[in-house]
Amino acid sequence: MTVHQRVAYYPGCALEGTGHAYDRSTRAVARALGLELDELHDWNCCGAMEVKNIDPHLQTFLSARNLKIAQEMGHQTVMAPCNGCYHNLKKAEYDLTHSPSAKEVTERLSRKAGEDPYQPGTVRTLHALEWIREAIGNEGIRKRVKRSLAGLKIANYYGCMYTRPRHIFPEKDKGPGSESTSKPYFMDEILAAAGAETVEFPLKTACCGGAHTLSDSYTSTRLVLNILTTAEAVGADVIATECPTCHSGLEMHQIRAARVFGKETKVKILYFTQLLGLALGLSPRQVGIHENVSDSRAFLKARGLA
Amino acid sequence: METLADTLPLRPLAAESAAPSVTALLAEAEAVLSRWLLAHGLTPTEAKREGYRLLALHAQGARHDPTFNACRESCRELIYQCNMALAAESEEERQQRLLYAGAVLAHLRLFIEGKLEVAGLGTFCCASRPLREKERRE
Repeated sequence: MTVHQRVAYYPGCALEGTGHAYDRSTRAVARALGLELDELHDWNCCGAMEVKNIDPHLQTFLSARNLKIAQEMGHQTVMAPCNGCYHNLKKAEYDLTHSPSAKEVTERLSRKAGEDPYQPGTVRTLHALEWIREAIGNEGIRKRVKRSLAGLKIANYYGCMYTRPRHIFPEKDKGPGSESTSKPYFMDEILAAAGAETVEFPLKTACCGGAHTLSDSYTSTRLVLNILTTAEAVGADVIATECPTCHSGLEMHQIRAARVFGKETKVKILYFTQLLGLALGLSPRQVGIHENVSDSRAFLKARGLA
Repeated sequence: METLADTLPLRPLAAESAAPSVTALLAEAEAVLSRWLLAHGLTPTEAKREGYRLLALHAQGARHDPTFNACRESCRELIYQCNMALAAESEEERQQRLLYAGAVLAHLRLFIEGKLEVAGLGTFCCASRPLREKERRE
């Protein structure tokens, strides 16, 4: 196996709760593609946005500890499907390289915990999109498709944390073949390789309001409603997601928008791993369609995907 | 409880309605960012950056509040779609680009006005610097 075919897997807390369908479908897709996920032992919270707001250096320590676990398990690469986890691992790597105070705090807390501190530059962090692209490639996906997504019009929604802030993603925006921070396209290409028609979607990286879903639900609902109505206006049947926070927000605020604002939208919301899994011949149950908040089983059945 | 956002009209995309012009879209986006700057005691700049006042206004806001940087992509996407509308080779394509630009403008407006609404509750998650950074400097 190459370094990409067997990677350390950091699911993060959302994938054990509201985003469980993402965890299930990521694992199922990995098996179907002949890839191996080695879950981090005793992983901890990445610090998400809550810890980062209170104490950014503590967030750096928490994510550095997960990178250290991956290193101790003998991995050079850790894969995180959640945008928040991915973002924070990348941010920790950046902070430990560029901020002496972040490094000092991480080293102090690591020693206090009886652990050796993580040294930056040791473990590479990949998002699930980058991992599948590097390990299998678009052509590899095309060859493995058993049930094409042909006829499905998909708006690919990346959310904000996959590409922002740009300085923690030095490998992006490096020309052809590298991911774009302003117009990401890796998910577009993977799902197109699975047969789907991807539509131009001007809100690919727009804010879903996830950070304020509790403190200001009205704003979150309106932001999500704009994403949903835009997807429908550009002709999409499905919004493909790659972040559990975005996904939960889109599903829940779709219902809330109908109840609070009387604005019904029909567009389906599915993780890209669910769509890819269906294309690889997996059943809806194997990719956790039943775990989504919105029920898309009838829709998938009508399209010959279930 | 009614919020500021509730008093604003929702503007869903309506392909059947006449699309606004590029000039009107950019002017409204500038007005959105200007409102945020005025609410923070700043005089909105008349300068341009890369040929656009919208980008200069964004840069002005981001200097005083790093979390404001989170709308950078929306501003640039709006300009991109407006430029594509201006370069469109058919009326159909022009209308489509204006539709996209309208969607981005709606998001920018909701984001900034939502940000005004919740100022102090916490930073937006993709922002480049944490909320407490200012306190540390002080």
